[in-house]
Amino acid sequence: MSNKTTIGDKLRTYLKHPGSFLVMLLVMLAAIITFVVLIFLIAYILINGVPHIKPSLFALEYTSENASVVPALVNTIIMTFLSLLIAVPFGIFSAIFLVEYAGRGNKFVEVIRLTTETLSGIPSIVYGLFGMLFFVNTLDWGFSLLAGAFTMAIMILPLIMRTTEEALKAVPDSYREGSFGLGAGKLRTVFRIVLPSAIPGVLAGVILAIGRIVGETAALMYTSGTVAQIPDSIMGSGRTLALHMYNLSSEGLYMDQAYATAVILLILVVGINTLSSVIARKLTKA
Amino acid sequence: MKSKAWTEKFMQGVFFVAACASVLAVALICVFLFANGIPAMKEIGFIKFLTGDVWRPSSEQFGILSMIVGSLYVTAGAIIFGVPIGILTSVFMAMYCPKRIYKPLKAATELLAGIPSVIYGFFGLVVVVPLVRDFGNVLYRAGIVEKAGDGNSILTASLILGIMILPTIIGTTESAMRAVPSHYYQGSLALGATKERSIFRVIIPAAKSGVVAGIVLGIGRAIGETMAVIMIAGNQPRITGSILQGIRTLTGNIVIEMGYATGLHREALIATGVVLFVFILIINFSVALLKRGADHE
Repeated sequence: MSNKTTIGDKLRTYLKHPGSFLVMLLVMLAAIITFVVLIFLIAYILINGVPHIKPSLFALEYTSENASVVPALVNTIIMTFLSLLIAVPFGIFSAIFLVEYAGRGNKFVEVIRLTTETLSGIPSIVYGLFGMLFFVNTLDWGFSLLAGAFTMAIMILPLIMRTTEEALKAVPDSYREGSFGLGAGKLRTVFRIVLPSAIPGVLAGVILAIGRIVGETAALMYTSGTVAQIPDSIMGSGRTLALHMYNLSSEGLYMDQAYATAVILLILVVGINTLSSVIARKLTKA
Repeated sequence: MKSKAWTEKFMQGVFFVAACASVLAVALICVFLFANGIPAMKEIGFIKFLTGDVWRPSSEQFGILSMIVGSLYVTAGAIIFGVPIGILTSVFMAMYCPKRIYKPLKAATELLAGIPSVIYGFFGLVVVVPLVRDFGNVLYRAGIVEKAGDGNSILTASLILGIMILPTIIGTTESAMRAVPSHYYQGSLALGATKERSIFRVIIPAAKSGVVAGIVLGIGRAIGETMAVIMIAGNQPRITGSILQGIRTLTGNIVIEMGYATGLHREALIATGVVLFVFILIINFSVALLKRGADHE
């Protein structure tokens, strides 16, 4: 607001309009509820979980005694790496097509937009069902990290496409014109000029995608399976950290370990999200 | 020079093929779900499948009405808790929030969206379920309800889902409100309206389609949520009139029984997924329409 009003002025207006005052209180109350719930959730899990983080939780092998998170952590890392390996090239290339190659008002572009919007609205359990029907059964990969990774790749594809698209669009046209003016071809311009300037935006999207992979359960239950060990190859079944956490809490035998696993999962996801927003903020400053 | 032109053409082809991936994915998902789900629906009978309220796989009775109702119950509950708080919070974010604390609060709402659903489910299991159980016992002793319930209930699931849809609603509503030209607001203030009156009578009506799109997106999230719900909703496949009793949702039905289902039972579960998928497609379609409406305003 440009003209300064004192608190006294505000109070006087509110005295004249008690209805407005009530509405203001409701707005404040709602905001407080939202943020208190978030803080309470995080604090509750940290306070109850941290004391249960013990060395035995990090044993290399999972046994029914230690309920170790290490195999699940390793599986999560493999799953993340594989999914990104599949989704990132597809995501970036299709964003390049949409922004740099497809003309404006192209009908095909509208089709792609519609399908990516559809993809981002599909719940994870439907991805899980599809992954089970297609990768696990039809392609006969069985419950495997690979089947899980392909399912996750489809799931994060719209996210990577959208963030890359926005990052590419944010690159000023003068960069492209300058590059063309110096005699570079279209491809060279895209890979040497446009894409490098868009890297922070792309990276922020990729990190968000990692957060989704790490936190996913429903899509992986019937694709990567629930074996609590590190498989010998990517064709073997193994559960990720989030799935491990679900199994611990639904079995009900390892509540202490479930609390501790929740802390690890929460810290991972919060860390990943913070990293992504820090990178995105750097981008807007630059 | 020739080889360069060839590379250009080749890479353009590669980009185009990559762009087709999402179209192919949607096509495959539709084909595989429908091809595996529709035959089961036919075998059971479309009407019987959708309107039968008995789900007893052991005696080949597959009616998913109780699950459809269950999904609608918890979604409605999530809307009741999540929408007022979400919209009022976004009013705070867009109109009241002091600049200094805006960034951390914005990051907090994004964090709310990033927390995995198992964590929400776990939090519901260890915090909200006991609370609702106590609440049920109090009501039972007071003679208000016939059964106290064990805490795994519609109410519990609604509360957790209400929290889970907050970031969706806050995000879309806030950006819709920010998109309203500032002279609307200033004009209203100049006419002597209070800040609150200007927000709720001028800005929100102007941002209506964005706000509604946010709510519909929230509905989509709530109806599709799986893990958090099965951890706290009780999962009994029956229709109940009490919010203190458990229910099973469409999503829950798939996850709980897919592990051991075979034959027609398994196909019926996939058909449950098809019903869910159709719900979601309808919701997506309405969001797209609403967004188009918002662009035209």
